[in-house]
Amino acid sequence: MSAIPLTPQPGATAPPPAAAPGARAERGEARRARRWYTQPALMIGIGIMAVILAMIIAAPLITPYNPNAQNLNATLLGPSAHHLLGTDQLGRDTWTRLLYGTRLDLRIAFIAVLFPFTIGMILGSVAGYFGGWVDTVIMRVVDVVIAFPFYVLLIALVFVLGPGERSIYIAITLVGWVSYARIIRGEILVAKRQDYILAAQSGGLGSVRIMRRHLLPNVITQAIIYSMSDIVQDIVAIVTLGYFGLGVPPPTADLGSMINDGQNFLSTHWQLTTIPGLAVVLVGLGLSLIGDGLADLLRPGQA
Amino acid sequence: MGRMTFVFRRLLQLVPVAIGVTIICFFMIHLIPGDPARTILGIHATPRAVALLHEQWGLNRPLISQYWLFLDRLLHGNLGQSLYYGGSALSLIISHLPPTLWLITYSSVLAVLISVPLAMIAASRKDGARDHVVRAVPLLGLGMPQFWLAFLLIYAFAIKFHFFPVSGWGSGFFGHLRSMFLPSLTVALALAPVVIRSLRASMLNVLGAEFVTTARSKGVAGKRLFLRHVLRNAVIPAVTVLGINIGFLIGGTVIIENVFAIPGLGQLLINSIFQRDFTVVQGLALVFAIMVILLNLAADVAYASLDPRVRFSR
Amino acid sequence: MTAAGAAPAGTVLEVRDLHVRITSRQGTVRAVDGVSFDVSAGEALGLVGESGSGKSMTLRAVLGVLPAEARVTSGEILLDGVNLVTRPQSELNRIRGTKMSMIFQEPMSALNPVMRVGWQIAEGPQVRLGFSRARAAERALELMRRVGIPDPERRFRAYPHEFSGGMRQRVMIAIALSCDPEVILCDEPTTALDVTIQDQILRLLARLCRESGASLVFVTHDLPVVAQICQRVAVMYGAQLVESGAVADVLLNPWHPYTRGLVRSAPDFDYVRESLVPIPGAPPSLVNPPPGCRFHPRCEFVEEDCRVSETPLRLLPGGRATACLHYERCLDAAAADRAQA
Repeated sequence: MSAIPLTPQPGATAPPPAAAPGARAERGEARRARRWYTQPALMIGIGIMAVILAMIIAAPLITPYNPNAQNLNATLLGPSAHHLLGTDQLGRDTWTRLLYGTRLDLRIAFIAVLFPFTIGMILGSVAGYFGGWVDTVIMRVVDVVIAFPFYVLLIALVFVLGPGERSIYIAITLVGWVSYARIIRGEILVAKRQDYILAAQSGGLGSVRIMRRHLLPNVITQAIIYSMSDIVQDIVAIVTLGYFGLGVPPPTADLGSMINDGQNFLSTHWQLTTIPGLAVVLVGLGLSLIGDGLADLLRPGQA
Repeated sequence: MGRMTFVFRRLLQLVPVAIGVTIICFFMIHLIPGDPARTILGIHATPRAVALLHEQWGLNRPLISQYWLFLDRLLHGNLGQSLYYGGSALSLIISHLPPTLWLITYSSVLAVLISVPLAMIAASRKDGARDHVVRAVPLLGLGMPQFWLAFLLIYAFAIKFHFFPVSGWGSGFFGHLRSMFLPSLTVALALAPVVIRSLRASMLNVLGAEFVTTARSKGVAGKRLFLRHVLRNAVIPAVTVLGINIGFLIGGTVIIENVFAIPGLGQLLINSIFQRDFTVVQGLALVFAIMVILLNLAADVAYASLDPRVRFSR
Repeated sequence: MTAAGAAPAGTVLEVRDLHVRITSRQGTVRAVDGVSFDVSAGEALGLVGESGSGKSMTLRAVLGVLPAEARVTSGEILLDGVNLVTRPQSELNRIRGTKMSMIFQEPMSALNPVMRVGWQIAEGPQVRLGFSRARAAERALELMRRVGIPDPERRFRAYPHEFSGGMRQRVMIAIALSCDPEVILCDEPTTALDVTIQDQILRLLARLCRESGASLVFVTHDLPVVAQICQRVAVMYGAQLVESGAVADVLLNPWHPYTRGLVRSAPDFDYVRESLVPIPGAPPSLVNPPPGCRFHPRCEFVEEDCRVSETPLRLLPGGRATACLHYERCLDAAAADRAQA
């Protein structure tokens, strides 16, 4: 589920009403309250992710099994002391595959988000700052890319490029840069009219320097906030590709292929399909909370 | 300016985008590592078959001329030949169109039916318990793979309780209505969080607006106040959001059709991929893009129809 | 005008000891803190004060269109003798628009952007007077003519954004008049307009009220406006009334230091004054107002008892009232000014 909201963050808390001068002391208090460790959404999100990351990093320590080790004598077992979450149709331990699969998918997603972020940022800044035909051309390209439904283009590209991790990175980059480009461009369009930019320009600073030192640090926060939801989107995309067998090739443990394997046993062993999905939802929840918390914290112009 | 002029103007603006779309579809061949023809044909790559493809696609010619060939065939309604079935790719695609159209329409309707009441509930008691529950939905929904949700729904409503069939799209109007309910619900649930969020925000905006107070000061209340004043204004940004997300709506159908074995374009896409039927994949990418463009246009027209300020300032 | 006791005969609207509280993050805001006034039939009462003094809230409380966070906590609002505070919403709905209506400050945001102007004017009669569509439309056209909107047949189908600011305000006036109310509440209706348009609208309002016999409660921070259109004026500061009386009396001869400050800080177009004297300091917090007289931290005549004693509005001869414990100081200061000039 990866639809674009109109604004990347929700208005979780309303700002305090216009301060009467007698409320100056109260405003200081509000400022202190915005310290990151007191934001509930942010803390819960960080908590969830910390637990998950700890588990998957320590995977070899937590579970004795090899995620690909088959045991045809122990297929489709339910949860037990030996197998915390049971086994799949080839006797592989589900809990182990869950840990390794999450690890793989998260790793790919985190790396995959970097390229669109960078490319989108560069192209968006150039488009926003220079304007004119550069802007028009880049925005036309953006229009063309977003004309394709996300998954259609993703699947077609992965198909064309061949199976494997590399194709996933390339495909996500080619499709995902557009959101960043638009966000950054929008922010820059607003920011470049600010007086401090005019001051830098009249001081004779070159365009690149202005973009890098003055504009970017201010506009980057929106992109970072968006990247949180983008990582979630990427995880879902990677898992979906895995489900269709277009992701990392078997027998590597991957949440998507786990769900695919389990779907034939939906009526009898529903946990094989449900549990990997729950892992994705949980990770998504953690990252979304972090994103929302960051958005509230970094909301420009507040306190 | 009239509606027709508006539509015409927008269509004109879309021409460069349409051309760009064809360029991308064309280029997909050249992203294939190695000799495209050989890779695509795979084990069927006899020298004769390879040579035939080279001929068909003009792979020996310069790039521009290849593109011209592609575009020319396109404008004559020729999307190439299915490598798997041998027949016209276009007619293959068209035959798979109705179920997908059904899915898109049904999902949109359900999405609206779900989102509007929930957004109303959330907006009516801002920061209340119900509001927080409704706002928690996007947090969960963002990270939820659609196909996983589909499995949950199938398990609950098709296997445990036999309300709906597990797969297929049924026959006849009411058969479709029943079979397509779960798939459409899945897509609608994927779309709903975003629409709810946006609709709630715009409702809150409108509820606090001066003109609502004016209406109340006239003594307008209840249903009339809500429908003619609040909702009528609140839907405008929501239509925009829906328009932006048309791409995801359609993309979602690809996944859902495969989970529910619905014989639409999405299933055709995945099947073609496994059958290595490149021509059909390319044709489908094109058709999908065109659908998105047209639906976006429809959303724009709807938006302009709803908001008189926009109509006249174009 | 009475601070307590019976209002004179012919009183249409009477507000007694009104208290409005707003719950907010910073605590409870006492937006209206014990305000009382009355309006006679056909009379225009001005309600003057700075932003945040509580004048808009008072109006909204009277009409019953307070924002969600605000509530009337005590007091009475008597319209033709009926106490509105105790009435249920359904009855208030019937009163709104028919007996009382309101004109808002910013007509662009106060008009529904997606509804045609004519139907917005017709809506009141349709909903509240049960007019048919055709009859309501006729009435709307008639009203548009009365408020001076040219070419009403064509303009009926227009949308608010197609009108200029002054025209939009005329539309608002038409809406306010649509059901022939007894009282029209005006919340700074000319503040957002150009000065020349302001004058036109004020004259229009004055004429319409004279013709229909409706009373006006006119909220503004702009003294010359009050002088132009109102017969009586009440001055608000810090959510309370500090002075009231006939317009000429209060403005030419203020009996409260705050009113005096207001008059001295406002430019006067009749003669050029030596200098405008602003009032030092800032408006009081309505969450924790200062003890005693709320104006005392900024008052040039402040004395010890001003810091501690309650300052209710006191009725004085000549139909005037003031809350200042030492209002004679104002008289003395005014005399000194005249001696100098």
